[in-house]
Amino acid sequence: MTPDAPFEEPWQARAFAMTVRLHEAGHFTWPVWSEHLGRALRAEPDRPYWESWLAALEELTAGSGLADAADLDDRQEAWRRAHAETPHGQPARLPDQ
Amino acid sequence: MHDHGPDALELRVQALESLLVERGYVDPEAMDRLIETYEHEVGPHNGAQVVARAWTDPDYRARLLADGSAAIAELGFTGRQGEHMVVVENTADVHNLVVCTLCSCYPWPVLGLPPVWYKAPPYRARAVIEPRAVLGEFGMEVGEDVEVRVWDSTAEIRYLVLPERPAGTEGLSAEVLAGLVTRDAMIGTAKAAAP
Repeated sequence: MTPDAPFEEPWQARAFAMTVRLHEAGHFTWPVWSEHLGRALRAEPDRPYWESWLAALEELTAGSGLADAADLDDRQEAWRRAHAETPHGQPARLPDQ
Repeated sequence: MHDHGPDALELRVQALESLLVERGYVDPEAMDRLIETYEHEVGPHNGAQVVARAWTDPDYRARLLADGSAAIAELGFTGRQGEHMVVVENTADVHNLVVCTLCSCYPWPVLGLPPVWYKAPPYRARAVIEPRAVLGEFGMEVGEDVEVRVWDSTAEIRYLVLPERPAGTEGLSAEVLAGLVTRDAMIGTAKAAAP
């Protein structure tokens, strides 16, 4: 990565892009997003920026009914299993996909 | 095998994205295109063209200071986070500095995404309270006779600094001048580079 690259890890770029696309699809205004992000940054000032970004996005998507916390937990567990059962070097897939 | 698997953050993002895609809320290919745009296309080289044009075209400079968004759009730089741009001009008497105290509001069409320090708590907290000390840490000496103005970007208004044109650049083309305009000069934590 170059010193001024906007993202240090691919997941940061995915979280960023999800946020912008949800906003553009009308699920929330940008001031509402800023408010959530600002709150997440203030809540844990020492947490890395993109982790606060992700926490804010999870809170906002849960709060607006797009993906609630229980669904997220289930989905994370499904991915964890999928990764564990996939041989190294192959892409993990969820069983029902 | 688990040591090759994703970490907790990657799993959270993968879980969220796969749910949102499945439910039709986001399109992964549109996300790919968006990421490509901000990794490779949009960046401070856009803002540098705006500044160089303002330095070489007094009418454009006047339009830029009167209505930043419209003048920036003349050069084709539009879109996300550039809807309400205000351009503030550095002079011999005034130095401008931009921050977002709430989070990380930033003029994406002209500067791309913000650098790490711009988003970090120390800069966000201190730029307003002790701007001269912050500028000093960036290696900028601002004389006591120069007024420092700090602008707090928000989700609605985003600021761009029009730096002073460096001495000894008379006769340089806008293209060459743009090469002297750094990202930090347009945030206000640096001056434009000498030729």
